[in-house]
Amino acid sequence: MSVTYDKGTLKQLKDGVLPHEKAHQMQSKFKDADRFMKMLEVWQDSVEWDDKILMPLAEHLFVVAKPGGRRVVQSTWGHEYCEAHENWKLYAKVFVRNTPELMREIFPDKLGAHTDWMQIREYYDPVSGALLEVEAVPPGYPIVHDFKPDIDTFYNEWLKMPVPEA
Amino acid sequence: MIPAHKIETTPIGWDGRTVKEMLEESERLVADSGRYYGLEELRLREGNPILFEKIFSHLRGGLVNARSTALNISASPIVAEIGELCFALYTPEGDSIALSTGIIVHVHTISDAIKFMIRNNFEENPGIRPGFVFSNNNSMIGDVHTADVHTIIPIFWEDELIGWAAGVTHEIDVGGIAPGSMCYGHPDRYGDGLLLSTELAGTNDEFHEDYLLRCRESVRAEMYWVLDEKTRLTGCQLIRDQVYRTIEEVGIDAYKQFIREAIEEGRRSFIGTVKQMTFPGEYEAPSFMDVPWKDDLTVHMQSRKDMLMNSPVKITIGAEGRLDVSFEGANGWDFHSFNCSKSAMQGAMWVLLTQTLFNSDKVNDGAYYATSVHLPYGSWCNPNFEKVSTTLAWLFLIPGFTGMWRSLSRAYFARGFLEEVYASYPCTFNLLQGGGINHFGQPSAFTNFELSSQGTGALYYKDGEASCAAMWNPEGDMGEMESWEFLEPLLYLGRRIKANSAGHGKYRGGWGMESLRMLYKTQSQVLFTGGEGHVFGTAGIFGGYPGNSGYRHAMHGTNMKALFDGRKPYPVVDGDPENSQMSELVEAQQETFDLHALCGPHPFGEYDLYASVQRGGPGLGDPLERDPSAVETDLNKGDLSPRFASGVYGVVATQNGDGKWTVDPEATARRRDEIRRERLEKSVDTREFIDRERERILQKDFIAPVCDMYRSSLSLSESWRDKFYRFWNLPEDFQF
Repeated sequence: MSVTYDKGTLKQLKDGVLPHEKAHQMQSKFKDADRFMKMLEVWQDSVEWDDKILMPLAEHLFVVAKPGGRRVVQSTWGHEYCEAHENWKLYAKVFVRNTPELMREIFPDKLGAHTDWMQIREYYDPVSGALLEVEAVPPGYPIVHDFKPDIDTFYNEWLKMPVPEA
Repeated sequence: MIPAHKIETTPIGWDGRTVKEMLEESERLVADSGRYYGLEELRLREGNPILFEKIFSHLRGGLVNARSTALNISASPIVAEIGELCFALYTPEGDSIALSTGIIVHVHTISDAIKFMIRNNFEENPGIRPGFVFSNNNSMIGDVHTADVHTIIPIFWEDELIGWAAGVTHEIDVGGIAPGSMCYGHPDRYGDGLLLSTELAGTNDEFHEDYLLRCRESVRAEMYWVLDEKTRLTGCQLIRDQVYRTIEEVGIDAYKQFIREAIEEGRRSFIGTVKQMTFPGEYEAPSFMDVPWKDDLTVHMQSRKDMLMNSPVKITIGAEGRLDVSFEGANGWDFHSFNCSKSAMQGAMWVLLTQTLFNSDKVNDGAYYATSVHLPYGSWCNPNFEKVSTTLAWLFLIPGFTGMWRSLSRAYFARGFLEEVYASYPCTFNLLQGGGINHFGQPSAFTNFELSSQGTGALYYKDGEASCAAMWNPEGDMGEMESWEFLEPLLYLGRRIKANSAGHGKYRGGWGMESLRMLYKTQSQVLFTGGEGHVFGTAGIFGGYPGNSGYRHAMHGTNMKALFDGRKPYPVVDGDPENSQMSELVEAQQETFDLHALCGPHPFGEYDLYASVQRGGPGLGDPLERDPSAVETDLNKGDLSPRFASGVYGVVATQNGDGKWTVDPEATARRRDEIRRERLEKSVDTREFIDRERERILQKDFIAPVCDMYRSSLSLSESWRDKFYRFWNLPEDFQF
């Protein structure tokens, strides 16, 4: 019998309130084939805007369908960052921890990096101030493009369906 | 007299072929068809699935049993308690069919070693015969480093080679230039210790006495070495017996068909899993490691400079479900012991995939055929100098692959499999090694393996676990303190969770731990400290922070004996390094307390103190989204300092007279709103930061190891150079 989960269970998993034993069972069992579509519904229910979510890109970030065939990275709070193939971090707010004093706000002395060797870059959502991603890289390192999804291949070749439009 | 290897010239492969011919055919069929051995149909699996599963279960059971039985022969805590051993079964061409539990990184490195023997005509000289025993620990042939010793035996059925059984254990000492299994500070391979290059070490199912004699004379912990040799050989023979029992039951033809189909099934299964659980696209996740040796007099003069490793991992998941990992942009190898052979890199990738994407008991080299790893020639992960030292390749391997797990987690997240999302693992350091005259008055060496128990990364739905795992051994165990005290002349004054070691996040990483060790009943020991100190070796995900980096704290010429005699308080941990228990309670003639968490062998005497700090896992998500009651719990356990509860988590809590913390939910919500506003006020548009940082680059306003890292990566890779110059909009004539 194929495995499947109802939306309520998946929402509990997303919200971190699913009993750990059940989450552990989900890890151990065969995967459910309808997970992607069901999770899309769970994510769609979780946001206040109406744009159609094509995929979750990262925590609080989604690729959504816009009129005219545009695919845009958009946050939970409705901020539009960029096209899906671009790096959303380039359109965020950033705070760089590059002095010992700023590093000490996060780690005790000697448990954090030396800022001559490595800096911490914190990327915030410009609307909400939510912390979306933390980079730990040497100074001068190009901003990391964590994930550039291939949405066409995913829908057309893996799911065997056209990419939804707005 | 005719040499023994010249007497028998009949090919040992199937159908009158040599094994080399079989390997060449296998590789040709894979290249032509993309399928293992060119198999289109899995006739046995589809025609008689019960028999297929039965054969697998017999073999898998035999491997697990071999490991569980053989480890009782070993006297080494690393093997017997920590479980640093593994066994696997291979095809005649050296592809793994099935494996036991344990340090499964070696399943593929042994495959490299077997193929090396085949490609180099071992069938002719020294011969591959029933009862032969081969030993290997050469990373350039197939291994991670000299500490991991392979025993490999051929398995014959009548006159044909039908496979290989192999086992691996991690040794306490390998006779390197300094004591310990992974010594460093020397510039090249000539200090790496006893080197076994797929050597014929025995015949008639026994080790040659001259081989064992050479090993005994070459290493410091000879009893442990010899017993480990017997552990591995016994395990191999148990596997061989199980293969014979299986063949007697199902017949040789079914067995031969099974081993081909099992690997092709593994390949197909891997691709199916990639398509089922991930999302096609490109993923980037660089990581770094510091080697701060400019002023370290304990290392060789060629090694004395500050160095920074660049591991620019990029993963591409293609339409066909293949997983291609590239290290393009990695900087160059150097005169230290942290260089990685191609075999080591393959092994590391393999051990990670088997813990996350392909964590089935049916894992085998099928996964290898569905993946690729690009390793730039001349880099730290594929040196163009064969005599590099690799004794502690793990120092770069461990941080070097953290990004891979984070990238896969992004794929799981996109696909909706939130239960699989993991912020990745922390580095598995501090590595404490050493040796000298021990507490029994004997010359000795040791490698402490409590580093098998680091905090794990946060999951999408819960905090990481404290002090329980290592990326290289999914069955890690810290070992009993008493066992280590028997092996090492260092008493444990204490061992506990290290406060503030976990990476912050909505879900924090698991706590790391620390041990405080005191040298006892010895006047002559050298000790290493091994790990990252100036950088974080990993990172968090989705707004989570990395776990702690390491540091070095040692006290020499202490008054510990006087404290004991006077029944005065003494430290049991180092604790908060800003308020060190060691510094507060102990007087010492010399105290070393800095970020040089990676240093060569230093001399220690009786009553000297050594803090061994392990790592916490990285976090996941914005810390301001963390359940305030979870912060309260961490405060009340003493694992989180109040200033981080307030500053990082925005939690407003008060402490009563009994020391118990209580969170004020309303005040916390208000404080969190304030912090979100403060974030927007103090941050800048990323474009503005890019303009500012570009000026720093043009001024080369970085310390030497950072400039050196960029200079090396840019010179080794044209594509990485193009990307770097394009991103920062640098003039073509700019150079670091």
